[in-house]
Amino acid sequence: MIEPSLTPAWALPALVFVPMLGALVLWLLPRWQPLQRWLPAVLGLVLLPLMWPLGHAVAVDGAVTLALGGHRAPLGIEWYVDGLAVLLLGLNQTVAAAVGGYLWGAWPHAAQRHSPGFGVCWLLLWGALNALAMSADLFNIYVLLEIVSLGGVVLVVGRGAGAFAAAMRYLLFALTGSLIYLLGVALAYADAGTLSLRLLADAGLGAPAVTALTLGLMFKAALWPLHGWLPAAHAAAPTAASAVLSALVVKAAAYLLLRLWSDVFSGSWTPALLQALAVIGMTGVLFGSVQALRQVHLKRVIAYSTVAQLGYVLLLPALAGALAWQGVALHLLSHGLAKAAMFLAAGNVIIAIRDDRLDNLAGLDRVLSGNLFIFAAAGMSLAGMPPAAGFVAKWWLVRAAVDAGQWWWAIAVAASGLLAAGYVIRVLRAALASPDSFAEAPRHRARDLSPAMVAAPALLAAAAVALGLGAAWLGPLALAGSTWSLAP
Amino acid sequence: MTAYAALPLWLVLTSLVAAALIFALGEARRRARTVVNLGAAALKLVLVGVILDGVAAGHLFSVRLPLMPGFDLVLRADALTMLLSTLSAVLWLITTVYAIGYLEHSPHRCRFFGFFSLCVAATTGVAVAGNLFTFFVFYELLTLATWPLVVHRGTAAALAAGDVYLRYTLGGGALLLLGVVGLHAVAGPGDFTAGGFVPVDAAPAWLLTLLFLVMFVGMGVKAAVVPMHGWLPRAMVAPAPVSALLHAVAVVKAGAFGIVRLTYDVYGLSLVAALGVGLAVAAVAALTILYGSLRALTATDLKQRLAWSTVSQVSYILLGVGLGNPLASVGGLVHLVHQGLMKITLFFCAGAFAEVAGVKRVDELDGMGRRMPLTMAAFTVAALGMIGLPPLAGFVSKWYLGLGGLAAGQPWVVAVLVASTLLNAAYFLPMLRRAWFNSDGGAVEVREAPLALLAPTLIAAALALGAGLLAAMPWSPLQWVTLIAERVYLLAPPS
Repeated sequence: MIEPSLTPAWALPALVFVPMLGALVLWLLPRWQPLQRWLPAVLGLVLLPLMWPLGHAVAVDGAVTLALGGHRAPLGIEWYVDGLAVLLLGLNQTVAAAVGGYLWGAWPHAAQRHSPGFGVCWLLLWGALNALAMSADLFNIYVLLEIVSLGGVVLVVGRGAGAFAAAMRYLLFALTGSLIYLLGVALAYADAGTLSLRLLADAGLGAPAVTALTLGLMFKAALWPLHGWLPAAHAAAPTAASAVLSALVVKAAAYLLLRLWSDVFSGSWTPALLQALAVIGMTGVLFGSVQALRQVHLKRVIAYSTVAQLGYVLLLPALAGALAWQGVALHLLSHGLAKAAMFLAAGNVIIAIRDDRLDNLAGLDRVLSGNLFIFAAAGMSLAGMPPAAGFVAKWWLVRAAVDAGQWWWAIAVAASGLLAAGYVIRVLRAALASPDSFAEAPRHRARDLSPAMVAAPALLAAAAVALGLGAAWLGPLALAGSTWSLAP
Repeated sequence: MTAYAALPLWLVLTSLVAAALIFALGEARRRARTVVNLGAAALKLVLVGVILDGVAAGHLFSVRLPLMPGFDLVLRADALTMLLSTLSAVLWLITTVYAIGYLEHSPHRCRFFGFFSLCVAATTGVAVAGNLFTFFVFYELLTLATWPLVVHRGTAAALAAGDVYLRYTLGGGALLLLGVVGLHAVAGPGDFTAGGFVPVDAAPAWLLTLLFLVMFVGMGVKAAVVPMHGWLPRAMVAPAPVSALLHAVAVVKAGAFGIVRLTYDVYGLSLVAALGVGLAVAAVAALTILYGSLRALTATDLKQRLAWSTVSQVSYILLGVGLGNPLASVGGLVHLVHQGLMKITLFFCAGAFAEVAGVKRVDELDGMGRRMPLTMAAFTVAALGMIGLPPLAGFVSKWYLGLGGLAAGQPWVVAVLVASTLLNAAYFLPMLRRAWFNSDGGAVEVREAPLALLAPTLIAAALALGAGLLAAMPWSPLQWVTLIAERVYLLAPPS
């Protein structure tokens, strides 16, 4: 264990408290228009650079533990930042900066302007997501999950009553998940007498606690068959909210599954049960992809794709190994970037054509080729096409399955990339179709898009593709401080 | 790493940067786009010339970029590389000229030329790839870059053809991925090495055979080997320059080239012979040659007939490779260039017939010899070459293939070649007879294609003619291929 050096010591609290203080300021000054517009963007740009020294510190010195208020577990709560946490924090800050920029760019258009409540909830949610990445205490995680879920529900209803039913459904699922998770926390405390992840890893947990915690997190992560709330909620939410929900909120729960299964839970289930968990995950991949192939609305295609893409997380317990760990970690990262880019680009499309039925996309290429390109580049990463980050993740997963002697998962992962390619291509195909149904009017509406609204998803998509080229240092970073290491 | 040794990287970047610039320029900046297009193509040709000279002199060109732990993106140029990259560089330039003329007034030219350049970048990447991993990266990129070109017109038929294309090629890509990862697991990462890098005892023979076949099928999809050929005739809805490029250099050649690499530089000839998979490749190729020719006989659409002809002709390359002796290799590899030159001429002509005279079907060719004499002359040269009339290019390929078949103790190869030649004659000669000797009844008005279409066609025809007539001259495709065969077989004598 390494005492935090200077940089993490102030960077870690800043990542949590700066957005939360920002939320407070926005709440206190709801009528100060420039502040409402600028604060999310500025905070995003301030916090993003913190990731560089933090990532460097973790890559060089290993995981960082920070005891809040100087009280170590079991008395106090600890934050624990290893390579995986750095990747998730990096994803959070990147998407937050992009979403901040998007909100800033959309501000001049009255119809796209976010309300003060939206800004407050977003900043609160963002701070909680960062804390969730670092927290090393089961109950602390429970509290943060609640903040994240409630913030997410409010973001869904961000604009109008149309999304109300979807938001209520989301709330119901989220609360059910919370209750089951809380049950798991109680069982864990009964088993081990502590809730600190560090101490639990040594003590070990009984199967009931592990099952309850896993099930609760599966609700939150919308893993099949507990995904029922996601497509409607993510499709009905305002553009920026969809991006955040799909890229970060469900991701946080998936991240926790990954984290817990890597040490605390390992060894508590039989291999047959682990295979069953993997079957559930890959069934979700298949189900989500097939549903995405059948949707007629663009945002619903993207939402079902989230259901599909998160299923890969459940492969980790079965494949347990360094390559699988790297693969899933990079997959979460690349999916977050690509998905946020896709939702923001889809939002732009909706502004231009007032609708997101795939049938109405014909000729879109002519007016919104930039947004279409963003969608295609992000989709390339989702489908695991080289050289995007999704490809490297897929490669590692396939290799991990081959090395583990579970060749059926190698075939399943390779084949599931085809399904993802299928639903991405289906959208592009609709946009390239002619004769194009476009009159001049949408061309004018397309001019309503400010440059920042296109630049934000463009940078995210570029990052999703370019990270594939950075795999040489992302892989080792993901392993820093984890229970796995690559054989030389 | 000197700039000279890094030339393969620059070779890929010329097309890649051209693609990025073209996308950035947008639809309206027509002149700037043309300058970028032709400038990059010309620059690439110069680079190819420099590398050709260096490779002939035995210089090493290699760039290694670490991509992930244990994996490097290796770009390098050896004699085999230059066979494909020279062909693609030459044909990129003339096809670009043709495409600029062909798409004069149609929409979406920015998209078209951008992906066109991307396609060439991917093909060059396939050629300069120095290991299977790098090969796979560019192979998949090629699939994606080609799709917008296939569906370019956006009609229902084009979109349907695009779907079929992707179903086949992405499926093949997934198989290839499994094969490559599997081989990596048993034999470790290895750069392409003359004579192969997979040790005989890396894994049980059945596993090595299985992995070979999985990768063969994955690559065979692009090479349109029967029964994975279904996408190629359908992809004919694409604009003529795309068909020309797909058939002559880009997609089908990437598949065939991959199989050549797999045989020579991954498994190596001795292991391929020991596993007995070489003959399997040759047998599948022979089947494809005959089946493609038979289907070409019954096709009534001109481009369809040419497409089936491609299915048949590309497998000549695989036949030569599968037989695994020097003479057959020369015949197969030289056909990679010969078929490219002849087929691009034929597609240029077909495009000109459709654009200028509205002729799309074989039975509409009556009198074309008088209406468009120069274009038809080019068509005739290429068609006769395809049939294999001595001393044209197709004959050179078939001659070496036949000799190779006999040397390998497989006399059935000669029978396949004779049958294929007869079938080729049976579907090409009636077209020539119609064009030159039938009259379409109306008044004959000579109306040649515009210069932008005609000049590339004539240049391609001249190259196809020269490749055969001047086969014995230095720097001819045949001489270059002989150099490759010498290097392959000197380093790795077949067991």
